[in-house]
Amino acid sequence: MKRDRSGAHPANSFRNVLLIFFLVLLLVLPFFLNPYLLHIMIMTFLFAYLSRNWDLIGGFAGQFFLGPVVMFGIGGYTSTLLNVHFNLSPWIGMVPGGILAAATGMALCYLSFRFGLKGIYFGLVTLTFPEILRVVVTNVGFLGGVNGVLIPFRQNSLLYFQFAGKLPYYYISFLMMLLSIYVMYRIERSRSGYYCLAIREDEEAAEALGVDTLKYKLICTGIGCFFLALGGTFHAQYLMFVSPDTFFGIAFTLEVIIRSIVGGVGTLFGPVIGSFILTPLSDISRGLLGGYRGVHLMLFGAIIIAIILYLPQGVGEWFGRVYDGFRVRFDRNVDRKATPWRRGQGAKY
Amino acid sequence: MSLLKISGLRKDFGGLTAVLDFGLTIAKGEIVALIGPNGAGKTTIFNLISGYLRPSGGEILFKEENIVGLKTNQICKKGIGRTFQIVKPFLGLTVIKNVMIGAFNQTDRPDLSEERSLQVLEFLDFLDKKDYPIGSLTIADRKRLELARSLATQPHLLLLDEVAAGLNPKETEEIIAMIRKINQRGVTLLMIEHVMKTITSLADRIVVINYGMKIAEGKPFEVLRDPNVVKAYLGEAYQIAENQ
Amino acid sequence: MISVTMVIQLVINGLLRGSIYALAAIGMTVIFGVMNIVNFAHGTLMMVAMYISYWLFTLVGMDPYVSLVVSVPTLFITGGLIEKYLIHRSLDAPEINQFLITAGILIFLESAVLFLFSPDFRGIKVEYQGAIVQIGEVIIGLNPLAASVISVALSISLYFFLKKTDIGRALRAVTANREAARLMGINLNSIYFIAFGIGSACVGAAGTIISPMYYIFPQVGHLFLLLSFVIVILGGQGHVIGALVGGLIIGVVESLCILFIPGSTKDAVVYAVFILVLFFKPSGLFGKRER
Repeated sequence: MKRDRSGAHPANSFRNVLLIFFLVLLLVLPFFLNPYLLHIMIMTFLFAYLSRNWDLIGGFAGQFFLGPVVMFGIGGYTSTLLNVHFNLSPWIGMVPGGILAAATGMALCYLSFRFGLKGIYFGLVTLTFPEILRVVVTNVGFLGGVNGVLIPFRQNSLLYFQFAGKLPYYYISFLMMLLSIYVMYRIERSRSGYYCLAIREDEEAAEALGVDTLKYKLICTGIGCFFLALGGTFHAQYLMFVSPDTFFGIAFTLEVIIRSIVGGVGTLFGPVIGSFILTPLSDISRGLLGGYRGVHLMLFGAIIIAIILYLPQGVGEWFGRVYDGFRVRFDRNVDRKATPWRRGQGAKY
Repeated sequence: MSLLKISGLRKDFGGLTAVLDFGLTIAKGEIVALIGPNGAGKTTIFNLISGYLRPSGGEILFKEENIVGLKTNQICKKGIGRTFQIVKPFLGLTVIKNVMIGAFNQTDRPDLSEERSLQVLEFLDFLDKKDYPIGSLTIADRKRLELARSLATQPHLLLLDEVAAGLNPKETEEIIAMIRKINQRGVTLLMIEHVMKTITSLADRIVVINYGMKIAEGKPFEVLRDPNVVKAYLGEAYQIAENQ
Repeated sequence: MISVTMVIQLVINGLLRGSIYALAAIGMTVIFGVMNIVNFAHGTLMMVAMYISYWLFTLVGMDPYVSLVVSVPTLFITGGLIEKYLIHRSLDAPEINQFLITAGILIFLESAVLFLFSPDFRGIKVEYQGAIVQIGEVIIGLNPLAASVISVALSISLYFFLKKTDIGRALRAVTANREAARLMGINLNSIYFIAFGIGSACVGAAGTIISPMYYIFPQVGHLFLLLSFVIVILGGQGHVIGALVGGLIIGVVESLCILFIPGSTKDAVVYAVFILVLFFKPSGLFGKRER
């Protein structure tokens, strides 16, 4: 429901053509890739999916949420434990995982609202909570302890979400990524989407206009957490094991958030763009420079700092400005005075 | 049936009583001005009515229903809108999208919300700037936006907090005309004002408060001559001077 | 069997260790108070100071306590430069940006050290390592005692610096109300530089002081980062004495944990206490700031 959908715009159909092109490209790509590159693409899709969902909570709803790993871990562990102990298919097991994660996230959100925890204080709670879980899981034998839980590989099976080759994982993660984009697309265009923008800008003004700010924060948190957990299940089935460090460690949080920020926090494609840039970069630099321990991480740290300092709206915004510049130049229907793309203004509409 | 009936309203902040035994009845369609010196408690009363603060005592009946204890957004849904003295536009959104946030109070469909917003903008002569970012708006336009946004929620009662503040005489005239139009549409208004012109052009009734208490109420002409009111604004010295 | 002596011993150990934690946390609270920023690279800066002391000891034979004169000014300048060139322009940005910058600095510094010096654990062995003082049945290491005394002395000096000097007063003014301070003519840019410098200097001092008593490795900062969070929140945002007291409390709690729970679970206890404090008394024991 774009406001300037009056007639056929060359730019709009350009955008659609671009999207379809990428879609087709990604669909046929795997047949040309070796397993290593396939792995990189799978991780790219997975992190695009995860960042896209974190962005719903942290970027879109504006919560200073530093604990997405909790949901990831809950999802991975729940479906795995149900799989290993009760022979339950992960496709089913992911649902209780998702619900549990959503409940946890919403509880954190609600409690912080109740106790008036804002900004960095809320951030600190969400940062340390996963650490508690990590220590608990490490020390409780039933939950696998420090070595985690191994998923026994029985056979190539869609039902049990385990495959010998990488191809099925590629398409599943690709679909998950598309799903997460679609979810955000629907939310963005709904009343909830508009309300979230308002809440992020000025909560008090939003309340005075009838917006139940708590409700919408909870909705975004719940949805984001649910899907983050599903991502955990995927990763568990891809790795065929879960462990406290991978599934409750802080590194994950940073990876997810940085992709969203680099690509453009709070925007539809931002987190996806961020993942497409950073995931391959990270993997390849680790491959090239990993021999020199620490160097690829130095690069990573430097990139984070550079992006925040020089391109805080994210790479996606820069793309968007280029795209919009094109649109303003060639589209006669656009009111030039009302162009929202101005440096530092942050207007996304 | 009165639209708004406040009785015995009280608000304490620790040891300080900001509002004491305040009562007010507003009938549908009226324009009532709430005036008083700075710090008298006017904005506090607005905050109490709109649910931003919880009263320490007293009752607020809106359409015969007690709204004390309800949250701000619930009160808006019941039909009370509120503008802010220092305007609070949603900076990252365009004018029309700002208004749509208000319009969503009555519908959950974006297309209907947009339609309604366009109507409101047209009503306030603001349609030409609908796609403008907030950064490019003058203060008068921002005030107009504040009005448009609240109006889009379809309020029965609108609380206007110093809507004419910071405007030059011509802009003040324009906004007075807008407010009158809004009232003619059926919206009841309670305004906090300092600008005399606005008060005398619009108000059916004036309520004066000082130190959290009502000290006068009545038609503009009578109230503005009331010695207590003069004393409250200008102090004792003026009284003494007048009597000499 | 838990004897009274054992408890006293643990409490004393806790106080000694806690005073060093306090010094580190004071650094964080000064920055948090003046600039309203949580510096996630805090522990990493401490680690850098530890390595500075290590290399001065190993290459030149400089005693760690002497190396304070090198590490403290170095960290002060480093912190100030970090503020000026990396943090300053994001001060008005959303808090998540500030988090990411300091996290980026954490990653960069840690991996730089990892690259330069390998992940090996190192240690400083000074000759007076084993010297002890004995009171009744309680044994107090001379080294930890000296470390503690120096830490407390530094903390109290900082306190008086903040209270009595013009710069100190300016720092406190900005902590109380940034806008008012600016309107009174205080140069915020200089203040931010100084605050970050002092904060980094404190944590640098703590790192140097603790270096003979702790393993030195690139990730060592994480623990101190977390402990600093807890102490800063416990003591109240911007509250120096609060951080001192909070540090001592956390030191004792951590020490006594050994009695009741196994190894790594004590971390979970600290985190849990942290979260509870955040919910129920986020302004800390001493703080009353609204910010």
